[in-house]
Amino acid sequence: MRFSANWLTEWIDHGLTDQELADRLTMAGLEVDAIEAAAPEFSGVVVGEVLAVEPHPDADKLSVCRVSDGEGEHDVVCGADNVHVGMRAPYAQVGAELPDGTRIRKAKLRGVASSGMLCSPRELRLSEEGAGLMALPQSLHAGTDLRTALALDDRVIELDLTPNRGDCLGMIGIAREVGALTGKPVCRPPVEEVGTESERKVGVSVEDAGDCPAYAGRVIEGIDTRAESPVWLQERLRRAGLRPISPVVDVTNYVMLELGQPMHGFRLEALQGDISVRRARKGERLILLDDRELELDPELLVIADESGPVALAGIMGGRETGVDARTADVFLESACFAPTTIAGKARSLGMQTDSSHRFERGVDPEIQERALDRATNLIQQIAGGRAGERTLVRGSPVARPEIRLRRDRLRAVLGFELPDDRVSEILKSLWLEVILDDAGWKVTPPSFRHDLGIEEDLIEEVARIHGYDQVPVESLPAHVRPGPVPEAEIPLSRLRQCLVERGYQEAITYSFVDETADQLLSEQTEPAIPLENPISSDLAVLRTSLWPGLLAALAHNVRRQQGRVRLFESGLKFIPQDDDIKQEKWVAGVAWGASEPEQWDGRDRPVDFYDIKADVEALIALGDGPAGDYTADRHPALHPGQTARISVAGQEAGWVGRLNPETAGRLDLPEDVYVFELPLAVVASGRIPSYTQVSRYPAVRRDLAFVVDESVPAGDLVAVAREAAGELATDVRVFDVYRGKGVDSGRKSIALGLILQDSSRTLTDEDADKAVAAVCRQLEGRFSATVRD
Amino acid sequence: MKEVEQLTREAEQAVDDAEDLRSLDAVRVAWLGKKGRLTSLLKSLGDLPKEERPQAGQAINEAKQAVQARIEARREHLERAAREERMARESVDVTLAGRGQRRGGLHPVTRTLERIEEIFRQAGFGVVDGPEVEDEFHNFEALNMPEHHPARAMQDTFFVRPGEVLRTHTSPVQIRSMQHSEPPLRIIAPGRVYRCDSDVTHTPMFHQVEGLLVDREVSMSHLKGVLTDFLRHFFESDLAVRFRPSYFPFTEPSAEVDMECVICGGQGCRVCSGTGWLEVLGCGMVHPEVFRHVDIDSETWRGYAFGMGVERLAMLRYGVDDLRLFFENDLRFLRQFA
Ligand SMILES: [Zn+2]
Repeated sequence: MRFSANWLTEWIDHGLTDQELADRLTMAGLEVDAIEAAAPEFSGVVVGEVLAVEPHPDADKLSVCRVSDGEGEHDVVCGADNVHVGMRAPYAQVGAELPDGTRIRKAKLRGVASSGMLCSPRELRLSEEGAGLMALPQSLHAGTDLRTALALDDRVIELDLTPNRGDCLGMIGIAREVGALTGKPVCRPPVEEVGTESERKVGVSVEDAGDCPAYAGRVIEGIDTRAESPVWLQERLRRAGLRPISPVVDVTNYVMLELGQPMHGFRLEALQGDISVRRARKGERLILLDDRELELDPELLVIADESGPVALAGIMGGRETGVDARTADVFLESACFAPTTIAGKARSLGMQTDSSHRFERGVDPEIQERALDRATNLIQQIAGGRAGERTLVRGSPVARPEIRLRRDRLRAVLGFELPDDRVSEILKSLWLEVILDDAGWKVTPPSFRHDLGIEEDLIEEVARIHGYDQVPVESLPAHVRPGPVPEAEIPLSRLRQCLVERGYQEAITYSFVDETADQLLSEQTEPAIPLENPISSDLAVLRTSLWPGLLAALAHNVRRQQGRVRLFESGLKFIPQDDDIKQEKWVAGVAWGASEPEQWDGRDRPVDFYDIKADVEALIALGDGPAGDYTADRHPALHPGQTARISVAGQEAGWVGRLNPETAGRLDLPEDVYVFELPLAVVASGRIPSYTQVSRYPAVRRDLAFVVDESVPAGDLVAVAREAAGELATDVRVFDVYRGKGVDSGRKSIALGLILQDSSRTLTDEDADKAVAAVCRQLEGRFSATVRD
Repeated sequence: MKEVEQLTREAEQAVDDAEDLRSLDAVRVAWLGKKGRLTSLLKSLGDLPKEERPQAGQAINEAKQAVQARIEARREHLERAAREERMARESVDVTLAGRGQRRGGLHPVTRTLERIEEIFRQAGFGVVDGPEVEDEFHNFEALNMPEHHPARAMQDTFFVRPGEVLRTHTSPVQIRSMQHSEPPLRIIAPGRVYRCDSDVTHTPMFHQVEGLLVDREVSMSHLKGVLTDFLRHFFESDLAVRFRPSYFPFTEPSAEVDMECVICGGQGCRVCSGTGWLEVLGCGMVHPEVFRHVDIDSETWRGYAFGMGVERLAMLRYGVDDLRLFFENDLRFLRQFA
């Protein structure tokens, strides 16, 4: 809501500076966004009257104008093509200073003397539009200082209103608010009684008073179509951000700004018979003022005449019945449409208007007659016309609830006590009816305050006017009890720290991704869930993997000359499952480039599978539970020879591997990218440590190398060896993998270290030999392994 | 006896001339070994007259001890020299960088979130979370935003499926907490939220922290207390904080919280649009309608709730001037928050 500061002082002589006023309003919940000068500084510009226009002797595009400044006549060379005899335009006299600092001097333009300058709105910085001279109202007298003529020494105040304060979408509401804050009286502009001078009348019927609690209308005929709106009215509209058009349109807009009541004018000849306010019928159509054609349905409330809908109630009028500058006979509408009927409609149609904005928030249901009479007064003052009798359809008055405000509750919610007098004073200053009794107050809000319905609303009003800064600042005594700390759960922060220590930088990417990328990278076969209204096609579906976002971030950094990238992210994946969406927390990482940052001792090598696997192992190890099991497997996005499906204690635990080079190519990524993705639920669950006695007896180590087929996974070898070695084996580790001389091609040598220990005695050589023999036997039998000497 | 003195001097010279431990050992063998010259001298004592023997023997033993001491001293010297030489060879260029992995870092939003959580944990608030695909009941209705409510229309909502949206704020977690736990309650709910809006100052996804406290004797003054403390601790500055009436459907009374501009110290600058104040939080007393939706008796229990934008706090704290940087994940940006 934008309004002229001077206009407000007509309503209430508040005695505050602009800044004081802004501060008071802001601190009362009507946030002032800006205070701007209505016009920039300039001087020496008066209303000029163009008396004659002659072509310039030496220049086609220029003309020489005879201009009166009220006192004398001057020759002015002018380049605008809208200049014409009789026109009134801003005339910068010799000596004038324009907003950009230019001083106007006598000059010769192409040999013709020019004293002064006729100005465009842009030259005076009154508007962005710059073509042609600024046409001033004919009513202005030549020679009047332009600042006075247009009352330019004014400021525009811009309010950012919250949706509950629809009552402040008119000067009347702002004035009331300022009245409550300052205690100064509010002066409403008087409304004169309208005499009936026309026999013409449009009958009105309302189908459902629930949709339209009040409808007032009146014919005005014989309006002078040559009249134009007075400067003050035009300027107030302009300062509110509205363009002056013609007296009827201007007045309806003006009354809306003044009283908060949206109004509409119908061209009388275009109306056929009486009108009704009703729901649209299926299949009805309406062409609106903005030329859009709409197919209507019963969700929409319309104004219809005998031929069909002529306006979308409370939102926009129809083209056929629209009023323009040539309209002499109108039917004026001043109605109240229910917020619940209007809300959401304009938005879903994509046509939010000043009118729908107000009806959605609720207009005063008791102001329709007054607004209609006020508009009639103004139209008649400006352009004459004969008014018809008022038509009024009003349902039963909207019941206003009596709200109980308890003294105890007020104190309890605010945290401090206010004297009864002060509370009563505040409530009354807001035009509330107040009865004080033993327990507190019985309050009836006025018709225009739709937002006041319960006790808490009144508490806010009291606090708001008294000042939130008066509420003390206290700390609540802590009724705090110790809370649970599940020790076996690894907090996300520890997982993050682990990855950070291992060189990963955390990323946060959007939860919606490109559908193709998601399809390429996900193991899901069901398609990702699309958003109904995505912001763009590359952010269109809910991710079923964290990789699309991370890999896009990787690509971004590779393009920006980063030679080494390690990124991780934790967040939700959205997995379609039957008719449901599973929202699961995962942690994922991507790595590309050197295994370690560039170093001086030439150990650089590219990151490989075992680097990223170590990162995964480190995460799983945080829980101190069982290590993960890694099984070679296929994943649609990953390299068939470098992919492991992970499980921990029999639970699926995600994937680690190298991106399939083909997938990488399709996503414009480098070939050697390694990735992992783990479900948080599994990774974050650990165990609580449980002590077992440390053996006091020495451990024995036996090293053995086995030659096996390439296809035998080392993990299987270790598992079998461990089982074969029996209880004495505290560890079986792989300490070498060898291929080449001495080992047949297609086979490999895997060296195992057996660590044997007993908790109750020192092991003998026989013990160790027995274990080794068992291991050899099992490995030979299961994997055709041969012992390598 | 002259001979002993002569030999001693000779031996000592040989010791001093030994350049390394090996030649020193050779000297020892040559003089003090079984066949060493001083040892031999002792053996030749028998050739002397009987009365001279004790004196000569003593002289030779003293000579042997002197030479032995000389050798020990020399050995110590040589060993020290050898050690020093070895260490000189082993010296490294301490200015070269350490080897191995370099630490990465947390995203600035996470860093900020952890800071916020830490401050509220101290006041007894537990950290909870909720789903991001949320039903309209939790995201809107239960928060007193029925269909077509203007406030609901103002939040540009991403629609997922009929009745389901991407949560537009973290406030639905309030509802879930009150549904699942009995008061008193003290929770904060950090997380991602979504609005269908993208320009210089809006990203379609961002982070909020919601706070909720439900207890018996809660008032607005406590709300002012907790948020004033929070802002001062978060910015580690005794900055001015003001509460100004506002409107949220799920709180009544509602307030917007402004703090003194940290960029200009309240003098007025571009960041604060010249006002000296920065809007950083929304808050209020829990609306009775919200309590009604979760079956909490608003006569017995009262509560306050608040919400804050994490990116905004991060921008002010770390001087980031473009919101979009948070989601570009450019390493040159991210590394500044390690
Ligand atoms: Zn500032």
